[in-house]
Order: sequence, then C-alpha cells, then structure tokens
Amino acid sequence: MNAPSNLKYTKSDEWFDPSSGAMGLSDYAQSQLSDIVFVEILVDVGDTVEAGNPIASVESVKASAETYASATGKVVAVNKALSEKPETLNSDPYGAGWMVKVEGGAVSDAMDSAAYGKYCEGRSH
Amino acid sequence: MTDATPKIVEPTIFDLSSPGRTGVTFPNPDVPRSELPASLLRADLPLPELAEVDVVRHYMHLSKFNYSVDGGYYPLGSCTMKYNPKINEDTCRLPGFLYTHPLQPIETVQGNLALMYQLQEWLKEISGFSAVTLQPAAGAHGEFTGALIMRAYHKSRGDAKRMKMLIPDSAHGTNPASAGMLGLKIVQIPSDARGNVDLKALKEQCDDTVFGMMLTNPNTVGMFDEHIEDVIKIIHDCGGLMYADGANLNALLGIVRPGDIGFDLMHFNLHKTFAVPHGGGGPGSGPVGVAAHLADFLPEPLVGILEEGDDETPPLFGFVKPAKSIGRMKAFHGHFGGGMVRAYTYITMHGPEGLKDVSQYAVLNANYLQARLRSTYHVPFDRICMHEFVVEGQFAGSDVRALDIAKRLMDYNFHPPTNYFPLIVHEALMIEPTETENKDTLDAFADALIKIAEEAKTKPELLHNAPSTTLFGRMDEVKAARDLVLCCWLPEDY
Repeated sequence: MNAPSNLKYTKSDEWFDPSSGAMGLSDYAQSQLSDIVFVEILVDVGDTVEAGNPIASVESVKASAETYASATGKVVAVNKALSEKPETLNSDPYGAGWMVKVEGGAVSDAMDSAAYGKYCEGRSH
Repeated sequence: MTDATPKIVEPTIFDLSSPGRTGVTFPNPDVPRSELPASLLRADLPLPELAEVDVVRHYMHLSKFNYSVDGGYYPLGSCTMKYNPKINEDTCRLPGFLYTHPLQPIETVQGNLALMYQLQEWLKEISGFSAVTLQPAAGAHGEFTGALIMRAYHKSRGDAKRMKMLIPDSAHGTNPASAGMLGLKIVQIPSDARGNVDLKALKEQCDDTVFGMMLTNPNTVGMFDEHIEDVIKIIHDCGGLMYADGANLNALLGIVRPGDIGFDLMHFNLHKTFAVPHGGGGPGSGPVGVAAHLADFLPEPLVGILEEGDDETPPLFGFVKPAKSIGRMKAFHGHFGGGMVRAYTYITMHGPEGLKDVSQYAVLNANYLQARLRSTYHVPFDRICMHEFVVEGQFAGSDVRALDIAKRLMDYNFHPPTNYFPLIVHEALMIEPTETENKDTLDAFADALIKIAEEAKTKPELLHNAPSTTLFGRMDEVKAARDLVLCCWLPEDY
C-alpha cells in the first residue's frame, strides 16, 4: 500500500498535503473502489471547506462514495481535469489525482503515513 | 481483457428492418380525425420496418437468452427478485380491478375500496401500528413520506431545531437519500463487531437536535439487532422518532411486530414482503404504518368506512382525511393493481400461520446455506442470521474477487447474488435464498460456490475469464460506464 510520508490521512481515506494545501483520495481507497468511472468535485474556488464535509462524489464499477475534505480552508484551486479523466484517481491518486487545493488548511485528527498504514491493514482481512 | 464475442448472433431490430415492410394495420378511427400541427410532423422517422412475424421471432429469440426466476434460481432474494405465486397475476387482472378508474364515483368501486381498507387493516395487524397509508409508490417514496410525517410531528410540538437524522452504516442507500430530500443532516452510526448498532457511538450523537433514526432490522447484513430495545430507548430519550425501514420485514412476519417494540413508524415494501414482482423497475408499493401519536399526520386520503354496515348491508367505503395530514403523496391512491391486489392475494392465500411460515422458512434457508458455506467463505458477522447473510468473496493469497465468483456462478447456471453491497463488508456477496427454495436447490447452489472456491485456488483463470458458457462473456463494465453511448442517434441530426 502506498502512503507517502509527507502527507496526512483521515479515517475516511483522504489525504492532505500541508505544504501545498492539496487534498484527494488515498491509494487504499482507490484500490478498494477499483476502476473509477465518475468524479464530480462539489466545491468551487472561493468556497470554504470544512474538514469532514463532502468535496467530491466518486463512482466506481463497484460503489459510489463521497470524498470528504481532509482539512478546513479556503479553496484556491479545483482539479477540473478529473471529471474528464476519472481513471487518473486510480493511476496517480497523490499526483494528478489531487481534487482541491486550499489555503490556510488546518487539519484536526489526522494520521501520519505509518498510523494510516496500520489503520488500513486492520481493515483488510 | 474481455471476450464479448457473441456465440449466437441476433441482429438488432434496426438491422432486420427493410423499407416498406409493415406489421401494423391501423383500425379505422372511431373519433373524428384531427390533424397534427405541422411543426410536429417530419418525413423521416428512424423506426424499424418489419412484418409481425419477424418482430415476434426477434423478441422470442431475445427472450430465450434471458435468465429468469421462472427458469432458474436467484439468490438475490426479496431484495431484487424472488419467485412470486402466479395466482397474484390472475387476481390483479380480474376485470373488476383492471377496468376501474381512480376518479370513478365511490359507489361504483366499493370492491376496490373494500380491498384497500382490508389491506390497511392487515398491515396494521402484521406490523403492530395504528394506521396505514397505501399511497407511496415504492420503498424510498415511503421513506420520504415517513420523514415528512416525522417533521410534521416535531413541528406540531414547536420543536423546530431537530435537523439530525441518524442512520447506521449498514443502511440501504435510500435512507440517507430520503432524509437528505428534507434537508436534514445525515449522521452515520457505525456497526459494532456483531453487526449491531454501536451503542456508544449512538449515545454520543444523542441530543435535542436529533430528528430521528432510520433503522433496518434485520439490517443489510441479515442481523437482527441484539440491542434493538436499547437503541429505541436511546432515541426516544433524546426526543427523536424511530423509523423502521421495512425492507426486511419478510424475516419477521408473525414473529416480531415493529410497532410492539417501540418503533414510531415504518414503511412496508409490498414488492419485497408480499410477493409483488420487483424486477424490471416496478411497480413497487411502499405503504407507511404509524403509531397512534402520528396517525393524524398521514397523507390524505385514507380509505375509511363512511357508513357502518349491518347484517343486511355492507358498509360504505370511501375516503377520509387525517386531521393534520401532510397532504397527498401521489396523484391517485397508490399502485392498486400492481401492488395492492397482489399483496392482498398473497396475504389471503397464506393467512396468519402461512405468513409466519414464510418468515421461518426464509430464515431457515438462509441459515442452512450459511452453515454450508461457513468453512469455505469468511462470514464477517458470523452468528445466527435472519433471511440473508453476507460472505466475503476473497481468499487469502488469491487475486480472485467477489465479481469473479459472481460471474463464475453463471457458468453453473445460477444467477449471481448481490455483490459489493453492503459496503461495510469487503468484497461482499449477499445471499438471500428466500422461503420458496427447496433443499435440493440450496444444496446445488452451495455445491457450486464450494467448487468455485476450489477453482479459485487451482484454476483462478476460470474465474477471471468467467462466464464462458453464456451467450456473451465478461462485459467491460469500465468501458460501459466511461464511454456512455445512450442514444443510437443524436437529436441534432434531425
């Protein structure tokens, strides 16, 4: 399982990059969802997102899921290309698969990559 | 990656078309002709042209490719498709039911109204509630109706700050969707290790903003909540209302009445519990039953007795309006022929003892299958189940997934079970045998699943490439979802 050590992670499987303010869906989440076929970002530049509130709706051939903000802050960029190429979330969840960037992002209750790795291991039987 | 090459080719009906062939002779009009406006006329209409016999043969060929519940076993259960007695099809086509109109004067449809009244009474008796509306079109519409009733109740008490609907993570997806339609805030409550509502997490959410809780019991992993009375008490103690999603009522008939254990209201799925056909998009039917303190808020109209009868004369049935009704939920009276007549027939044919048998056989069949599969497939909530259970479709050290197992079942001539639901189980395969299946069928199905588990270890390619014996091989679901082609031509072409 891939969980870069410079990122923070939530229990609902989102990541947050404290240096760039970017957030998205973790590698574990994309592998559980399998082939992602639809992504809709629910927030716009200028919105304020609150950690734990939905920022995107994601559908795979298996399930549909909401992605929640991993940090609280003001949206400064939205990855519009994702809805055109939802498979990016499968191939590059931490890079081109970023969803939203915020400024002044504040995280609460987030895990580091080691803790998140353990958390994921505990869930797959 | 996929082999979707057909072994037998049936052309599309458009391919079979030949200009000038015709299968229709219109009858002479029995009303004066009226011209269509010129703006609606066009010279070219891309409809296929075939003779009647060609159309009949085309659809007969296609129908032979179908897998149907009349032709084989569906472990999808009441959730999607169970075998329903054919007599229901006869009764709902009786001319007296078939040829009536909802706007007829009530004196001319007393039979229909008597049936609706009796069905309301029976559903009250079965569920332990005080009043029932038959209006909602299907389950989710029933949920929305129920949520509106809950809101009307809170409002009538001047209690407007309640905006939080609690819903377990094992719920049907329609529950949060229905509550969301009212603008409520949805709070998800986790399940504990035994598949019950996590009481500690529930208590943490309980305060004076709780609107209510929507609970399916037994839930989607087939577990009867072992603390159901505690859950209901916790919600009531903080002033919320307890809503039962009746989707799985077919496990409880004649055994537990939701109204008796403290639920405030519930929807029934006549199309799941009372043998109304369910596949192909409906029609469903989602009556809602409520306890006495909510009866005044029910949608209008209900069927009631306008004039009492006596030994000589039957009562006069008609429509009545509850005192503080939330209003109409549907243009007419609900799905009469499609839902109510069939459900009435099913309840009449079974009687109280027969309905109890339905639930007991459904639960027995599920437990028998679970017992046979337990040592082969991991059962995450492994205790006595109700009418269904969920196993994991994955094996340690194998890349076989639930989808591969489901597809391989088709090679054994079984319809696959529900997969990837509920979401709280990894690689879920949800198995609901229903009450109608005999031991031979259940054994054959269990044998196939056990054989497939062996194949997963020895010949996994058989699963990855399945199905191989069907008309079409594995469909490319990813391509189907990503490259949407929803129309054979675009309107702007015309």
